[in-house]
Amino acid sequence: MIELSDVHKSFGKVEVLKGITASVEKGEVVCIIGPSGSGKSTILRCINGLESYDRGEISVEGLKVDRDAPSIVNIRTQVSMVFQRFNLFPHRTALENVVEGPLFVKKEPRAQVLERGRALLAQVGLAEKADAHPPQLSGGQQQRVAIARALAMQPKAILFDEPTSALDPELVGDVLGVMRKLADDGMTMVVVTHEMGFARDVADRVLFIDGGVIVEQGPAKSVLNQPQHARTQDFLRRVLHPL
Amino acid sequence: MKGFWHDAAEFFPILMNGVALTIVVTIGSLLLSTVLGLVWAMMRVSGIKALSMLSASLINVIRGIPIIVLLFYLYFVMPDLGVTLSALQAAILGLGIAYSAYQAENFRAGIEAIDKGQIEAAQSIGMGWWLTMRRVVLPQAVRIVLPPYGNVMIMMLKDSSQASTITVAELALQGKLIASSTFKNTNVFTLVALMYLTMSIPLILLVRHFEKRAGKR
Repeated sequence: MIELSDVHKSFGKVEVLKGITASVEKGEVVCIIGPSGSGKSTILRCINGLESYDRGEISVEGLKVDRDAPSIVNIRTQVSMVFQRFNLFPHRTALENVVEGPLFVKKEPRAQVLERGRALLAQVGLAEKADAHPPQLSGGQQQRVAIARALAMQPKAILFDEPTSALDPELVGDVLGVMRKLADDGMTMVVVTHEMGFARDVADRVLFIDGGVIVEQGPAKSVLNQPQHARTQDFLRRVLHPL
Repeated sequence: MKGFWHDAAEFFPILMNGVALTIVVTIGSLLLSTVLGLVWAMMRVSGIKALSMLSASLINVIRGIPIIVLLFYLYFVMPDLGVTLSALQAAILGLGIAYSAYQAENFRAGIEAIDKGQIEAAQSIGMGWWLTMRRVVLPQAVRIVLPPYGNVMIMMLKDSSQASTITVAELALQGKLIASSTFKNTNVFTLVALMYLTMSIPLILLVRHFEKRAGKR
């Protein structure tokens, strides 16, 4: 469903992606792990055209991702994104955040969208917070609203860019719980994360990225439990046993 | 003091004619400068290089010319080029253009203060440039922009007196005419000053209200 073939990307003189080839099938949950600065987030941001790429090709359902082409709107309405820092619209209520895209981008009928918006907030456990503004919500609540906002677009896939990295530790569980339910319901997900437990339990496949290349990939359990590559072993050792 | 109130009662109705024109010039040039300023600011942040550079140079040209020269140009030079403006039209146009540069820089600062993540979030749900501006950036920028906008309103109210240099009989010019025909300089100009102050006070309170509201979030 999402195909990357030999994708290269540089920021100035620094090449952050040095030929990424990967694919994500429908219904699959793929976790991307790796040290910071390895290019994990850049991959996600290239998939929905928040960043341009220099060489290679990315396609979603056969449609080439080109952030300067009008078709990018089409791709973005099919592939939602959840950000590390939530990026909710602070001047709108939780419900307004959720319905913004369906109402103003997809121009769906108002009553229907509002009903779906409330149902989605209930699904992420925030039915009673519909009228709250983001600054009144905790980080975990904000991120769950952001997930509801992504779902409201009725996307074919959702990209998660370190969705729990900005959260207090005790709030991480709620967000991961919502994500796990989504995965169980068959949502296609690409998740950049440092939550190795989540990757092991929920992901179908794990990609380990370092220095702009995919060093190792495979079924979650085998990559995380029996990493083949020295760099993967080293990374996992440092993440799982920081002391 | 008794003399002052006596003169005030006598001159007040004439000065009120001036006040009416002062208000017309202020509101007219405020509207024009707001619209033009928004256009310049949008060009600045459009991401299209030609538009952004054009706007930047326009702003610099406008900023570099004194208001009074701009007014003289519109009122005395334009007729030579075949465009005749009434004094009032020239005043509104001149002040509107002059202030559009300050408005534009103010609006641009407000727009650029919005977190980049907001724009990315808008893009990620498929919003284009204009929808992102209208639904996400501008509503948040307004809060930031309002206090300095209120200050511009006060400055424009006072600078509308420059219209007197091209014969618009607004408050300052009315005062000058009365003073030069009655020689009651002290009383007349004190009254004129008090009338400007009276008009400024509601605006000053408005700015304070804006600042309080902006500080809340």
